[in-house]
Amino acid sequence: MRNDAEKVPARVKGTTLVDIKGLKIEGYSDDKWHPIIKGLDLKLNRGEVIGLIGESGAGKSTLGLAAMGYTKPGCRISAGSVTFDGIDLVNASQQELRKLWGSHISYVAQSASASFNPAHKLMEQVVESATNHGVMDRAAAEADAKDLFKRLQLPNPDTIGGRFPHQVSGGQLQRAMTAMAMSCRPDLIIFDEPTTALDVTTQVEVLAAMRRIVEEFDTAAIYITHDLAVVAQMAHRIMVLRYGNLVEESATRSMLKQPTQDYTKTLWSVRKLGKQESPNDDIVLRIDNVDASYSGIAKVLDNVTVRVPRGRTVAVVGESGSGKSTLARAITGLLPPSKGRINFNGKDLPARLQDRDRDTLRRIQMIYQSADTALNPRQTVRDIIGRPVEFYLGVRGAETDRRIVQLLEAIELTEDFIDRYPGEMSGGQKQRISIARALAADPELIICDEVTSALDQIVQEEILKLLMKLQKEKNLTYLFITHDIATVRAISDEIVVMYKGQVVQQGLKSQVLNPPYPPYTELLLSSVPEMDPDWLTNLLKKREAV
Amino acid sequence: MTSEPVNIRSIRSRRTVSQNIWRTLKSAPPTAIFGMVVIAFYVFCAAFANWIAPYGEAEIVGKAYQTSSTEHWFGTDQIGRDTLSRVIYGARNTIGIALLTVFISFCIGGVLGIYASVTRGWLDIILSRVVDILMSIPVLIFALMLLAMAGKSVWNLIFILAVLDATRVFRLARNTSLSVAVQDFVEAARLRGEKLPWIVLREIVPNILPPLIAEFGLRFCFVFLTISALSFLGVGIQPPTADWGSMVAESKTLITFGRPQPLIPAAAIALLTVAGNFVVDWFLHKTSGLRDEK
Repeated sequence: MRNDAEKVPARVKGTTLVDIKGLKIEGYSDDKWHPIIKGLDLKLNRGEVIGLIGESGAGKSTLGLAAMGYTKPGCRISAGSVTFDGIDLVNASQQELRKLWGSHISYVAQSASASFNPAHKLMEQVVESATNHGVMDRAAAEADAKDLFKRLQLPNPDTIGGRFPHQVSGGQLQRAMTAMAMSCRPDLIIFDEPTTALDVTTQVEVLAAMRRIVEEFDTAAIYITHDLAVVAQMAHRIMVLRYGNLVEESATRSMLKQPTQDYTKTLWSVRKLGKQESPNDDIVLRIDNVDASYSGIAKVLDNVTVRVPRGRTVAVVGESGSGKSTLARAITGLLPPSKGRINFNGKDLPARLQDRDRDTLRRIQMIYQSADTALNPRQTVRDIIGRPVEFYLGVRGAETDRRIVQLLEAIELTEDFIDRYPGEMSGGQKQRISIARALAADPELIICDEVTSALDQIVQEEILKLLMKLQKEKNLTYLFITHDIATVRAISDEIVVMYKGQVVQQGLKSQVLNPPYPPYTELLLSSVPEMDPDWLTNLLKKREAV
Repeated sequence: MTSEPVNIRSIRSRRTVSQNIWRTLKSAPPTAIFGMVVIAFYVFCAAFANWIAPYGEAEIVGKAYQTSSTEHWFGTDQIGRDTLSRVIYGARNTIGIALLTVFISFCIGGVLGIYASVTRGWLDIILSRVVDILMSIPVLIFALMLLAMAGKSVWNLIFILAVLDATRVFRLARNTSLSVAVQDFVEAARLRGEKLPWIVLREIVPNILPPLIAEFGLRFCFVFLTISALSFLGVGIQPPTADWGSMVAESKTLITFGRPQPLIPAAAIALLTVAGNFVVDWFLHKTSGLRDEK
């Protein structure tokens, strides 16, 4: 296992691999060039791992790609130099670059499923760059790929290459992509949010595999992420970026211990939001022994029983495929349960959406993960929020406008937002509008389906604070579906843990988050990365011991 | 909350629709402006044919096959009708019939396509397969056959072409609408308890309008060409109604004598098709958010 204190100085002595000086990159939109990177320096030594961190739009991916001499379509390098192993990448021809890419520099993208060709087997794609670059012949490349699969701890390393991308899980695919990136033993790998789309339980395995293989081959890496805790495990040095500028740069341990810049400190403090749990015996939603399935094949919900107390937040946690979102669909009537009862306010809810009356519909509202798809791009805020006001409360004209302005105030937006289209707002503002649309119905229960997971951490915190404020003011009940334990800690009173369509555990936050844990809860909680650079090392040791 | 009157309407500081249209038009490329001017000219001719045309549509005003003169700029046709007047009246007939055909095909194909995409199920399956079958047969040959069976009349022509064209519209409407119908905001509207017409008209249609409008322009060009082709073959618009396709057919032998007469209605057809394509190209480019390659 790695020990930073010993290895970092040794690596700093290594020769410089990547040297970026005064880099400026511009992007073209609305008939103008806008700066994306505003003059950045980056120096990376052989065998060193550097973490780039920042919120979306900070320029971290753009910088990462620039390190391989590539800019996205519509972008250009306007000033500065990028040198890789003594080669000037800014002025290099496409041919020269193509020779480097894949063999000396490789790239691991966020979405492995979008990066693999679904029509070819894994093995064919993994060995492709090695054979194409003439590093080794097909047989040697295949043997090497199997070795890489083994090192990356993929199950059945000898046969897994014969599968198609859709036949392996997301975590396995991400590791296969790492194997593909490693096949030529590159000097530099760029990891662009490689674990962001994965569940925490899977993330641990992928992180461990990536870290081990980068270390074994002494590969330099640029690790791009927005998750501090993840970068703390992976990088020797961290660069914090914001709006295309460098905020702060230092070795991982000192950065975590004592960030010097205010912006970095706010990033660090986000995870400290918390809420005092308070029990309540007044149950507003009662789900009893519910089964549900899509087209009657496999049960997605299996005998689910959940209690939701009034005016409280119940967090539903679990990995993808655990049935969290299906539970929401069953409650809203989009997917009628095949068995069991759902009781709301003392009355059984009709199973099908079509059978529910308007007042019942009004009382249960939903907020979606992605405000981009949840708001109609062709409607103004006035239409989006005004429609439920008119539809449920029967008000018209000036009274509707007055309600809309009140709702905008409630979500802390000014009234001049009323004529904006979703495309004219930021991600956080759009999510606020989604919240206002739910509030417009004056509901009792709001189902929040991963409402913060598409947002940056600072924006996440603002949205969570807003939701908590609204809960206090209006005695709202939240059923909060999430896979993020930090969010759960921040807002929940009670927690429901789901696994493979079953409820593993339901209880007050203090009960669920404290031992003794049922085995799955234990696995889930221990997999959540912590801001301690030794967390992954210690966790792996502990798991090996068991 | 205080309930003091809030004058929200006054907040609206954005551009009006006409200002937006004007801004968009000003930024249009020359080809699109050319196309729009040409189309406007055609529409003008079609609308005011009665006043512009020097002679009547089927009026015999002189000898047959006269060359151009101050009285008959484009000469006369095989029975002595003024060619210029017939070209002007032809604009009204050909464009009018093509527009009506496309309109009907959009009514059939658009409504069925959107309905199929929203409800799914067996109706969607049956309609989609029927459309596949119809689309596998070349339009011109199929139309010729159907017209031969049903008899030559303007209404038969319009109806047959509209149905054949509706298959293309159905596909486009269904596919674009399907990609919108699965979005969360449509689900949100269903959860709110909205009825089908509201979901279709307020949530889906505004989002699929740009490609449908562009398709309307393209389909118009195709239908217009098909009608001209059918008229040229003698099964389209029937004499004495002036029509460019049949005018080319009637005067086609003159080309062997070096007379430009058949080229005039042919040029009218070509110019309108090119103009239509220019405008549709620009519109598609504009609405799809494509950027010019730099």
